[in-house]
Amino acid sequence: MKHLLSINDLGAEGIDEVCRLADHFTEVSQRPIPKVPALRGKTVAMLFYEDSTRTRLSFEVAARRLSADVMGFSVSASSVNKGESVRDTVATVSAMGPDAIVVRHRSAGVPQQTAAWTHASVINAGDGWHEHPTQALLDCYTIRDRLGSVAGRRIVIVGDVKHSRVARSCVMAFTALGAKVTLVAPPTLLPPEVGSWPVDISFSLDAVLSDCDVVYGLRVQKERQSEALLPSLREYTAQWGLTVARAARLHPDALVMHPGPVNRGVEIAPEVLDQPNATLNEQVRHGVAVRMAVLYLLLAADPDLRPEGGGT
Amino acid sequence: MSTVIKGGLVIDQTGERNADVAVEDGLVVAVGPDLSGDEVLDASGCVVAPGFVDIHAHLRQPGAEEAETIETGSWAAVRGGYSAVVAMPNTNPPIDCAAVVQEVLALGRLAPCDVYTSGAITVGRKGEQLAPMAEMAALGVRLFTDDGNGVQEAGLMRRAMEYAAGLGVVLAQHCEVDSLAAGGHMHEGEWSSRLGIAGVPAEAEELMVMRDIALSRFTGAPIHFQHLSTRGSIAMVRAAREAGVEVTAEAATHHFTLTDEACASYDPVFKVNPPLRPADDRDAVREGLSDGAVDAIATDHAPHSPDTKEMPFDQAPPGMLGLETALALALTELNLPLAEVVGLLSWQPAAIAGLKGVHGVPIAPGGPANLCVFDPNETWTVDPDALASRSRNTPYAGRQVRGRVRHTIVGGLPVLVDQEMRP
Repeated sequence: MKHLLSINDLGAEGIDEVCRLADHFTEVSQRPIPKVPALRGKTVAMLFYEDSTRTRLSFEVAARRLSADVMGFSVSASSVNKGESVRDTVATVSAMGPDAIVVRHRSAGVPQQTAAWTHASVINAGDGWHEHPTQALLDCYTIRDRLGSVAGRRIVIVGDVKHSRVARSCVMAFTALGAKVTLVAPPTLLPPEVGSWPVDISFSLDAVLSDCDVVYGLRVQKERQSEALLPSLREYTAQWGLTVARAARLHPDALVMHPGPVNRGVEIAPEVLDQPNATLNEQVRHGVAVRMAVLYLLLAADPDLRPEGGGT
Repeated sequence: MSTVIKGGLVIDQTGERNADVAVEDGLVVAVGPDLSGDEVLDASGCVVAPGFVDIHAHLRQPGAEEAETIETGSWAAVRGGYSAVVAMPNTNPPIDCAAVVQEVLALGRLAPCDVYTSGAITVGRKGEQLAPMAEMAALGVRLFTDDGNGVQEAGLMRRAMEYAAGLGVVLAQHCEVDSLAAGGHMHEGEWSSRLGIAGVPAEAEELMVMRDIALSRFTGAPIHFQHLSTRGSIAMVRAAREAGVEVTAEAATHHFTLTDEACASYDPVFKVNPPLRPADDRDAVREGLSDGAVDAIATDHAPHSPDTKEMPFDQAPPGMLGLETALALALTELNLPLAEVVGLLSWQPAAIAGLKGVHGVPIAPGGPANLCVFDPNETWTVDPDALASRSRNTPYAGRQVRGRVRHTIVGGLPVLVDQEMRP
């Protein structure tokens, strides 16, 4: 596999392989010196056109733990502000010979376009409303770690699915692994033709709460009020927020997940975030191991160099 | 100097016959067997037809000469078999007053085909204040449109229609309700849902078609609908015509050829406005062209330089080339008799643009020699680098098509001979 642009590039087998590799890199991360030489001499360029804390840091830490060199790129300090096109910037970065380019952009499809403009492997770190495959992978890994498997789990994704790249990748990944996914949102925050997605739909969180293994909350943005998609955040929380009362109705083992950054008290009540079944910090922690696995899968071409137990 | 087109099948609105066509001093002088002349153009195996008329071409001049000029766009037209094109007014400055009309017409007089221009309905195409249509009509403008924008205000559109009717000119509408379409970059449907690209629903077009049919019925003024792309729009036009409302409609080549699935490549070469629609809408466009609901094939030829097209999908401008591929796509994609295809490309659009008597005229002695000769069976592969247009944004790169223009005669002059441009 050359690029990771979409969860579809991996399929169920690929997701499983990433998770198996991530098991190994989780162990690496727990060592006193959490570093392996797997990608020594490789260079990973970060092309982040959009603000990002966790994803960018996570990729950087992952690359460094694999002994790769990291080329940073920050939009505000770059020639992008001088009007350089994405294509020209990709050509410039590519000319420095990176082995992988990690791309985040506010426009859907930019990673796919980038892949056509460079010889490097391209990893999609989030493109517009389209996809965020490594987020979905770390979510699969977290569910697998907590519940043993994703297959057969009933996963409720609640919130602004329409504008969510996380939701698109998660739906693909969870359903590929055999989970049953239910999307819960007001119709204004569901994507068009959502009937063509392999999911169930509910407009009521209360109706599906007591019968699920995972509640996955999506970030809701204030702009949605001015676009006439929501009357108010207050109404959103009242109807679709994971309040303390609603959380009390969850199965005791059910997980509360969120890709972050979370609007405390909007999507999920602060008290619920502090409960042991809320996995937000674990998701971030697993993100490093999962991204190590992805970088390793794309860049360590020689299968003989794969670590023990890495699975091939 | 006389020219004879030899051995072709002559097709026009009066029928079909095997005949040579002799041309001299800008006129057809003879149609019949065994004609001779100073220059002989071979037409064996070819159709000899009235020159095509594109009522929807973006020639980009003034303002965006890096994408196209009236000269390069006209050469693209000639290569496509067109003897006349009607320029769209979304230039910079826009064609919304006599001065800009005069500039376009002056540049057009140097072009290899006849260049007409439309004029804007409103000042600056802003949809706020009527443009001086009378002064533009006095210079020969027959079609008025804010193309690229639909006129949003119903009250303003009503007054524009009434005013235009008094001048004997026709308004052409780009149907799109902004409040439904704003922010969209492709058809809203299964593909936009999957690709995470904001969509433009079919209803954004259909609401304005519905409104303008009502306004046409109300005012008695004719209305022409540009580049209809949805089943609902075409059904409404069909019903309106049956009810006696004076409507005409065009369809763009890409709307009967491509579907929104093409956007899955995220290549902005497939971004166009109105957007590519699902297969059912594409089929409805084909049906409309077949049963007469749609009067004309237009190209919506919209050149963009590579710099502006090689952008993220949602930042790239909409539009694709069309002049050099329209005939071939019509012959390849539409299962229609040759005479119907020629009518959709020639005399039917000529009538909408007010060019009757000059273009799309039956081929007979005394008629103007605006002619196109094409081989309906030659297959060829679209090569962006081989186009005469200044831009390269054709969505058909590498596509094999059938039907190729061989000669084009404008005002009696062979400007394209055996596919070679003759400056």
